[in-house]
Amino acid sequence: MNKFSLSSLHQLTAMRIRLFVRNREAVFWIMIFPILLAFGLGMAFRNLPADTFRVAATTPHLTQALDSQKPFFATTLDEITGIRALETGKILLLAVQKPEGVVYRYDNTNPDARTARLLVDRAVQAAAGRRDPVPSSDQLIHESGSRYIDFVVPGVLGMNLLGSAIWWLCSAIVEARQKQLLKRLVGSPMPRWQYLAAFPISSVLLFVVEIAVFLGFARLFLGVPFRGSLWQLALLCFASAVSFSGIGLLISSRVRTMEAATGWLNLTTLPMWIFSGVFFSSNRFPSVIQPFVHVLPLTAAIDSFRANMLQGIGISHLAGSLTVLFAWFIIPFLISVRIFRWR
Amino acid sequence: MAYQSTLAVADLDVDVFTNQWPRFALSIQGLRKAFDDVVAVDNLDLKVRRGECFGLLGPNGAGKTTTIEICEGLTRADGGMVEILGLNWGENAAELRQSIGIQLQATQFPEKLTVEETIALFRSFFHQGVSMDDAIATVQLEEKRRSRVGGLSGGQKQRLAMACALVGDPQLLFLDEPTTGLDPQARRHLWDLLEKLRSVGRTIILTTHYMDEAERLCDRVAIMDHGRIIALGTPSDLIASVGGEHIVELVVSPDSPLHPDTLAGIPGIKCHRVSVNFHRISVSELHTTVPRIFQAIADQHLQLTEFRTHSATLEDVFVSLTGRNLRDE
Repeated sequence: MNKFSLSSLHQLTAMRIRLFVRNREAVFWIMIFPILLAFGLGMAFRNLPADTFRVAATTPHLTQALDSQKPFFATTLDEITGIRALETGKILLLAVQKPEGVVYRYDNTNPDARTARLLVDRAVQAAAGRRDPVPSSDQLIHESGSRYIDFVVPGVLGMNLLGSAIWWLCSAIVEARQKQLLKRLVGSPMPRWQYLAAFPISSVLLFVVEIAVFLGFARLFLGVPFRGSLWQLALLCFASAVSFSGIGLLISSRVRTMEAATGWLNLTTLPMWIFSGVFFSSNRFPSVIQPFVHVLPLTAAIDSFRANMLQGIGISHLAGSLTVLFAWFIIPFLISVRIFRWR
Repeated sequence: MAYQSTLAVADLDVDVFTNQWPRFALSIQGLRKAFDDVVAVDNLDLKVRRGECFGLLGPNGAGKTTTIEICEGLTRADGGMVEILGLNWGENAAELRQSIGIQLQATQFPEKLTVEETIALFRSFFHQGVSMDDAIATVQLEEKRRSRVGGLSGGQKQRLAMACALVGDPQLLFLDEPTTGLDPQARRHLWDLLEKLRSVGRTIILTTHYMDEAERLCDRVAIMDHGRIIALGTPSDLIASVGGEHIVELVVSPDSPLHPDTLAGIPGIKCHRVSVNFHRISVSELHTTVPRIFQAIADQHLQLTEFRTHSATLEDVFVSLTGRNLRDE
């Protein structure tokens, strides 16, 4: 590789960065949006006392028994109004007084309703005179690293990197193709691989800001822990950004319009948002599809972020995730060099 | 086949006068290209000499852009041979890319880059070429060098495209409709630039559907229609081939048609075409022929509703060859 070919790679990368930072909308969606998202998450998951459960009972006697207990906000409703309130989600549980005892109406697929069922029954039994044979008391912990927000921040980081890398890349390539700039570029002696390579290179440089801002916010305002090495975390983020831009390149290899690109983009990213454990652990999916879940690049990215940030696991133990990420860069990149539509 | 290619090489032999090899900047033989069921280029032969400014002239859809894009290595031909500077795309693509400069019909450069950044990008692809300052000075964009491309006028954008075509100091320049869509002043500005390039001996191949542009800029032109070359020569030779230096156009009232035989005896009339009541007559001398035409019309008591004359142009060559106007679709 001589001086000239390097200088053209430098120029192509510089072009990518210039076009990005001069595009205010892209800067907003890629840089500012994650902060708003993190802020929203912070509002939703800030440390509050345990939620109160809204429940209802059909007799004032039952209502009184529930209202005296701490986690409940209980009202008295007749059975028909109560059922309607259940259906519209205004209450979690309706306690119906029958001659033979109490019947609880609730949705057993809703975890909150299941909890409410146990607590309501305990309160009803206590009010009727039941005494616990073993005395017990609570000692509460809110240790950082084991909260839901700690779990979800690495997930949102991965999701956002994936979305912004692919969207940015598709829109840039489709525009260049529509405006015949690609055709003009291949009419010059530009090495074609350099045009494509400029995307992953610049994505690493651009997303360093995005990552730093988002994680800085998570550390300062949400108290999310960083137990592993920051350098290794940076390396994992870079590996993810490069991997995601490989996928973006493949998607935009052939498409001529942004509409078509958006279809492919959704087809690629939506399954990953669902299966890769952004908001809940991907281990919840049946074991049959676990092999599929684990070869997704977003799963590899998020799992390695969580391992680094929450468990402090070193990069040497994350070879599996890194292999998946590297494969998701190199295979799509090589395919797109071959099939890329230059005009 | 082997015999044919030997012939082709003999054609491209050393020019004994200039001792340059090859003599032709561009040599095309039997070029064919079809898109679906439309034949865009139909068995085309063409040779362009070094240092020549050559124009491919023709209406939209004549096959000019397809021909030039095959020469630029952007479109693959279905058949035939293209040799550029003695090289071909099959074997010498990398070398050819370094030696030609191209400007496409519809390229839009990124609007958020500056003029300098765009030129620097294209300059970086070439092993050797002109400096940034020279490129900007050649196309006279000094005042706009730090402006964003999005803020340039149509003419300035086209000059930027020229700068990008020139940064590699190409031996051969391909320009596809360089002035289409420009206002008259911007067109003239670009013509000045092209004349400057031509005067320093650069080989230029351009397509256009403006006859005045081809007449002014080109040493030779090829008139294309339906993927074929229907006329080839210097603009003045082609115009002379129409048979007269001047064109008379007249319309007579529809109730009293003018029969071509009426004018047949008048000396100086070279060619007479009629469509309905519209007459198109090429003449060699206006001052002797026109009075006789008037006289003949007066003798027949015909009603003359329109009359005009102009010097013959390449447009008239096209009309006389095809019976259509260049800008008819």
